[in-house]
Amino acid sequence: MNTPTTPNGGYSAANEVTMVKARRTFVQNLWRTLKTAPPTAWFGMLVIFLYLFVAFFAPLLAPHGQAEVFPMAYAPWSDEFRLGTDALGRDVFSRLIYGARNTIGIAVATTFLAFLIGGSLGLMAAISRNWLDQVLSRFVDVLMAIPSLIFALMLLSIFGSSAFNLICIIAVLDATRVFRLTRAVALNVVVMDYVEAAKLRGEGLVWIMRREILPNIMPPLVAEFGLRFCFVFLTIAALSFLGLGIQPPTADWGSMVRENAGLIQFAEYDLTAALTPMIPAAAIALLTVAVNFVVDWFLHQTSGLRDEH
Amino acid sequence: MHPILTTVIQRLGLGLLTLFVVSIIIFSSLEFLPGDFGQAVLGQAALPETVEAFRRELGLDKPPIERYINWVGNVISGDLGTSFSGRNSSGVDRSRDVWELIQPRLANTIFLASMTALIAVPLALALGITAALYRNSIYDRVVNSVTLTTISFPEFFVAYILILVFSTYFKVFPSLANISDATPFLEKIYRSSLPALALTLVIVAHMMRMTRAAIINLLASPYIEMAQLKGTSKAKVILHHALPNAWAPIVNVIAFNLAYLVVGVVVVEVVFVYPGLGQLMVDAVSSRDIPVVQGCALIFAGTYILLNLFADVISIITNPRLLHPR
Repeated sequence: MNTPTTPNGGYSAANEVTMVKARRTFVQNLWRTLKTAPPTAWFGMLVIFLYLFVAFFAPLLAPHGQAEVFPMAYAPWSDEFRLGTDALGRDVFSRLIYGARNTIGIAVATTFLAFLIGGSLGLMAAISRNWLDQVLSRFVDVLMAIPSLIFALMLLSIFGSSAFNLICIIAVLDATRVFRLTRAVALNVVVMDYVEAAKLRGEGLVWIMRREILPNIMPPLVAEFGLRFCFVFLTIAALSFLGLGIQPPTADWGSMVRENAGLIQFAEYDLTAALTPMIPAAAIALLTVAVNFVVDWFLHQTSGLRDEH
Repeated sequence: MHPILTTVIQRLGLGLLTLFVVSIIIFSSLEFLPGDFGQAVLGQAALPETVEAFRRELGLDKPPIERYINWVGNVISGDLGTSFSGRNSSGVDRSRDVWELIQPRLANTIFLASMTALIAVPLALALGITAALYRNSIYDRVVNSVTLTTISFPEFFVAYILILVFSTYFKVFPSLANISDATPFLEKIYRSSLPALALTLVIVAHMMRMTRAAIINLLASPYIEMAQLKGTSKAKVILHHALPNAWAPIVNVIAFNLAYLVVGVVVVEVVFVYPGLGQLMVDAVSSRDIPVVQGCALIFAGTYILLNLFADVISIITNPRLLHPR
């Protein structure tokens, strides 16, 4: 930036104020922030992008179809079947790639739905602060008094396991936590004068929610989105592993672990066979670690909500 | 009345209320079943009369409130109804009592959970407190990053790694935790060691991080700084000033994680084919055996609520500010 000077060469504060400040573009700003990111955050982002890439281009990357059956069950690792085949003769490598799309897709959809429900109800409760707030808060208290995996198991036994039911059930159960957080952070914003002003102007509930409050509570919500995603992702993986989540023949990492778990007993003869069920489990773990790293850095960056120094 | 007593009674009342609402939710899971579930349970060939008799046995011809009161009465006297499996279309009823199914498995799960708690709680507290006292040292960083990684792992991943390493590669422990009532006690411990270890790893990570955060939070409070500034010895600061205020957070951490154990036990039991309550519930969910699911859910949810209630009461009782009201 050139220094503000007067015609005779001295400094002038008045000139500095009137000078047009060269604004950084969004990309420049983003790059400046990213440059300060610690290596763990970089690692996390890299892993997330890799996963997204695989998920988007699954049909192009996978050598075989996800439900394509070959006449060789439990084939060892080879050039044709990079990670061997499973009990039905399906290519594990291809299923791993399709699994990225199915597992991550369902987890993202569930998290979005949870934020839509929990976020909007939380904002409404925080703004209105009347009987609606009371009813919703007590209802959430009760839902949170039951461990969510147990609750999910109970609901799945009533409605049956399908991908749609799974998304709805987990989203509703997770919305309770989103509701609590949204309500808590929104309560601090609702009492601000500009919200009062908007109410006096006669703005509607939705306008106040979207234009006055939401922009001011974004950082904690974004961080929570990452953490919720991890939680939802792990819950769905656990349910699929139990055989109650995503149903076959859709490829999914949780059920792949279960299907190939029997191979572990062959570890002393062929270590690669024993590793086959571990790879989808490791894929789940790696993504969760990556998201956690990024969220940690993001929280640090925006507010330092955590006590880490 | 002493303010502590009022608070405790309030909290207990709230806990009972929660338990009541939760029981309504679990009870009403039977209401939400699709209308033709009698057919689904008894098979396609079931006569309309058999289905009708089955519905009558479940009491579906009576109003819901009457049924709820009956159900609660039965549950309190230990009668959880009879299982859906074992019934067939001809009306022959070989179904078993739910409590009979649950009871031996509940004992096994309690055994596994208490074994895990005995290892995990002291370990996690020791790790958490030392990490907080020597924070930002290499020790703290190593413990921290290891536990952060363990938290991100799904339970079954941890369990399978343990099986791969300790059971198939080095044959130290059996991979299947096949225990029964007849198994001698030491043998039981030996066979349950891998599931207990898997649960310990998962739970220690959570508990250690929460303990560390609670202690750091505590050590940052003004009265600790005051004590340090007036030259009190380090041991006295910790024992006299920090510890009385630390009970509440520590008990909370322990209860929270024991409650977490309730959930973790489901997945780990399935991995090791451990004959516990979690496995029973998963089997019942996949065969949609609602009375068994209800029974298991009631036990899990009840334990969870009671543990949290217990933690709350302890933290109220040990709170120095409430003990000496102005």
